[in-house]
Amino acid sequence: MSRQSNRTTDSKKMNSELFTLTYGALVTQLCKDYENDEEVNKQLDKMGYNIGVRLIEDFLARSSIGRCQDFRETADVIAKVAFKMYLGTTPSVSNWSPAGDEFSLILENNPLVDFVELPDNHSMLVYSNLLCGVLRGALEMVQMAVDVKFAQDTLRGDNVTEIRMKFIKRIEENLPAGDE
Amino acid sequence: MSYTHALLPPSYVEIEMADESLFDFLHMEIVSHIYKEQQSSKGEMDNKDRAVCVSVLESMGFRVGQGLIERLTRDSPSFKDELDVMKFVCKDFWTKVFRRQVDNLRTNHQGTYVLQDNKFSLLTQLSSGKQYLDQAPKYLAFSCGVVRGALSNLGMDSVVTAEVSVMPSCKFQVVVQKL
Repeated sequence: MSRQSNRTTDSKKMNSELFTLTYGALVTQLCKDYENDEEVNKQLDKMGYNIGVRLIEDFLARSSIGRCQDFRETADVIAKVAFKMYLGTTPSVSNWSPAGDEFSLILENNPLVDFVELPDNHSMLVYSNLLCGVLRGALEMVQMAVDVKFAQDTLRGDNVTEIRMKFIKRIEENLPAGDE
Repeated sequence: MSYTHALLPPSYVEIEMADESLFDFLHMEIVSHIYKEQQSSKGEMDNKDRAVCVSVLESMGFRVGQGLIERLTRDSPSFKDELDVMKFVCKDFWTKVFRRQVDNLRTNHQGTYVLQDNKFSLLTQLSSGKQYLDQAPKYLAFSCGVVRGALSNLGMDSVVTAEVSVMPSCKFQVVVQKL
């Protein structure tokens, strides 16, 4: 029951190229504006967070996914629905901690880094750090405080790109006085 | 393009790809960041600050436009004249980048072109009508750069500006620079 799409695969690729190229232009600009990689990483994370807190609504509206029962379900939704929907790729979920509060997303290919090479003087740059902020911001809006960071990065010579996500705590909803 | 997924309730069989919306969010955040950064060093913005922001956004767009057109025209035959290039920009390029074709193209046949897009994709989320009209230039700077970058790679040096009188309808003016 799949709808016939009148967008060709070229067109689909072009749209992700717009995003990828724009992202590249952003990172380039930030490297110009800030003196060191650490600061750029921070800015990318902050901007990602700002995007994430809005993106979650877009995601929930498009996917009609209900509340996740546990962190494992959250991981599956992030990998199989969200990443697929927005980035066209499905990372695998693995390396669960024994307590079940930490896992890795392994991306075989990271669409953000198509055609990107890090110049030598940016060894500390976490090019795709925006993604960490997006995930953090989005999950905060569904009452989960998480820590997100890149554990491996193909741009820095690793074989795969690995995002490590750790559950910190549940955020209590703060209802203003007078609400039920 | 859509796909089905086992995690979704059975009644909901398909999800549309939403990569376009990811670009929209990124673009809005970039605009917000550039303006915030310019403001923070002084506390308030004057016209010179605004011009700096527009210029930064425009040059970012320029590089993106160059990259996009390169991939799009890799296998295309060359264009026969300026008008041919503009028509390509209005149809193929606009569709790929802004998800629809330009509604109206006018020219004085002396190097000035006006491209009218009645539902410009980067403005549709802002408003329809007059609300936020004064904010529109912020959200058009990048796109002007994209168009200028594309044209530049196609051999046309130009100045590209945009104006909005009613959202989300937008007119891009391209003035080709003669050597």
